[in-house]
Amino acid sequence: MTFPMPNLTLALPEIFVLVMVSLILIVDLFLSAKNRFVTYALTQITLLGAAWITVSTHSAVPQYTFSNMFVDDAMSDVLKLMSYVAVSVVLVYSRTYISLRGMFRGEFFALALFALLGMMVMISANHFLVLYMGLELLSLSLYAMVALQRDSALATEAAMKYFVLGALASGLLLYGMSMLYGATGSLNINQVATVIQNTTGNHVVLTFGLVFVVAGLAFKLGVVPFHMWIPDVYQGAPTAVTLFIGSAPKIAAFAFVARLLVEGLQGLVQDWQGMLVIMAFLSMAIGNITAIAQTNIKRMLAYSTISHMGFLLLGFLSGTLNGYSSSMFYVLVYVLMSVGGFGMVMLMSRQGFEAENLDDFKGLNQRSPWYAFMMLLFMFSMAGIPPTVGFYAKLSVLQAALQAGFVWLVVSAVLFSVIGAFYYLRIIKLMYFDAPQDETPIRPEGDMAMLISTNGLAVLALGILPQPLMALCAYSIQRSLL
Amino acid sequence: MNAQTLIFYFFATILLFAAARVVTARNPVHSALFLVLAFFTAAALWIMLQAEFLAIVLVLVYVGAVMVLFLFVVMMLDINYDTLREGFWDNLPFALLVAVLMAAEMAVVVAGRNFWANGSGVSPVIHGPEYSNIKELGRLIYTEYVYPFEIASVILLVAIVAAIALTLRRRKDTKYQDSAQQIAVRRNDRLRIIPVAADNKLRQKHEAVEQTEKQS
Repeated sequence: MTFPMPNLTLALPEIFVLVMVSLILIVDLFLSAKNRFVTYALTQITLLGAAWITVSTHSAVPQYTFSNMFVDDAMSDVLKLMSYVAVSVVLVYSRTYISLRGMFRGEFFALALFALLGMMVMISANHFLVLYMGLELLSLSLYAMVALQRDSALATEAAMKYFVLGALASGLLLYGMSMLYGATGSLNINQVATVIQNTTGNHVVLTFGLVFVVAGLAFKLGVVPFHMWIPDVYQGAPTAVTLFIGSAPKIAAFAFVARLLVEGLQGLVQDWQGMLVIMAFLSMAIGNITAIAQTNIKRMLAYSTISHMGFLLLGFLSGTLNGYSSSMFYVLVYVLMSVGGFGMVMLMSRQGFEAENLDDFKGLNQRSPWYAFMMLLFMFSMAGIPPTVGFYAKLSVLQAALQAGFVWLVVSAVLFSVIGAFYYLRIIKLMYFDAPQDETPIRPEGDMAMLISTNGLAVLALGILPQPLMALCAYSIQRSLL
Repeated sequence: MNAQTLIFYFFATILLFAAARVVTARNPVHSALFLVLAFFTAAALWIMLQAEFLAIVLVLVYVGAVMVLFLFVVMMLDINYDTLREGFWDNLPFALLVAVLMAAEMAVVVAGRNFWANGSGVSPVIHGPEYSNIKELGRLIYTEYVYPFEIASVILLVAIVAAIALTLRRRKDTKYQDSAQQIAVRRNDRLRIIPVAADNKLRQKHEAVEQTEKQS
């Protein structure tokens, strides 16, 4: 038999990242602790190089390679670019934090890049097996990163919980995929979609598999009722890792849902719509209400993540291209906000002190008016208050759900986001109207100070001019999900 | 029901029994051994599916290597399994309720006539004796499935990096051997001849005794 050589240029970003991680692993061996910044610099160069390759090989029409297992389309390019940016910003924010806690090691950067590679594989997957492999690559790196702080009992416990529940979710997902394979005879996403479209009459087996697939997806997204791991992992992991988990992997999770449910199982939209409605409603309810009771800011932001993932599902369950692009807009905006929020938690921390509790934010305005203003922007944006970008993100998913006819769901979503505004505004109250508990000045490194200011101003600027980013999302969705 | 179906149900029953015992056995060594049994019967099921190579690999790798290592670990670590089991009986009713509910729901779906009405409609091809499992697997892995295969290798690399990052710690109180230094050692680095005072006294005494003997 003859086998055509796969077109490797399409997968050039992945290949480049893999080669660079291997290089970084080797170079890091020969570096003393004093010269470890070389590893950090190489990691940033890798991200920059991957971004350059992705931009320069961009094409508007979807292209397939590796026996149609790999797809390079507009959506994958945009999502990959955003993942590079997210990882790069996360590493800048984390640098001081991890070097003060003995985690400034080559493995941290290598694992971060491996996780990024997993995300890229998921974003470009056109095959159930590849989706799963990318997910495992991402998850394994994340488990290890959570446990990297060996002496912290809390981090080890979080890693164990994450690992066990993640393995369970993978099992559910694989079981569902095997059912879909049995019913359609293929693992290729395009072929599965065609077979489902040609199936007439009953599709009990497909629905049976779909239930397990959606449960697995829900685990990975962290939506109710599969959300139990999120608060524990977010609180237990070192803040730098929490920041990492809360940023780029969410973009990959979006891609995962888009590839699996939208591209592969569009024919079963009637079936998964109902499941997503329930999960979205419960996530928004439980996420927002439980967050009120939290005193630990990492835990509070974890519950806020759950409610944000509920909002993300609102766009998907509308089942229209407009809805998918508003979901994409939402996830990008969410990453921007959550990176800023957790970045502020790290900015407030210093040697031997974790700014984990809400009380640590008391009187921030007196200690540093500028950073208090930045935190105010992030909190406004998460609550969805104009003129920040969070408002438009919520507005666009609500519009999409409304057009699909889910009036009661939209009404309850608005109600829950009003309830949720309470705990975001409480932080602003603590910052501006309470006396500070400690007066230690806040002096971040120059690059972090600049980046977090840019991050905060971006939240504001995109809120005033959301059109370019929205257009980008609409463009990539229309070119990719047909 | 033909013989093949009968054999299938025979192995499937053992597999389910063994899997249940892995979780419920009190003695961890017994659990590990039941896991061996579960792997073994699963391998038998794979042989019935004409996946001989995978079945052999399962027995060689899992039963032969992984489980033996696992048994060693279970025997070497002194874990108090009673504390691990704490709360098992308290949570059992709830767990059973959920499990029974799920099983019942699945049974309703699977037992329904619609479930069997339309599969993909393709029944598996039965291959002759000349069909080589290894060859087919190799052909697929290195051509069509080369991309997932490469990702699998990256996952293994991550596993190595993670395992080393989590376990390798230089401890100050541990003594390390440097074999190069051990080999290059010379006698003078290690051996020092010390004149011992007690020895001298003994010799003097001895000499004195000899002299008196000579004189007499």
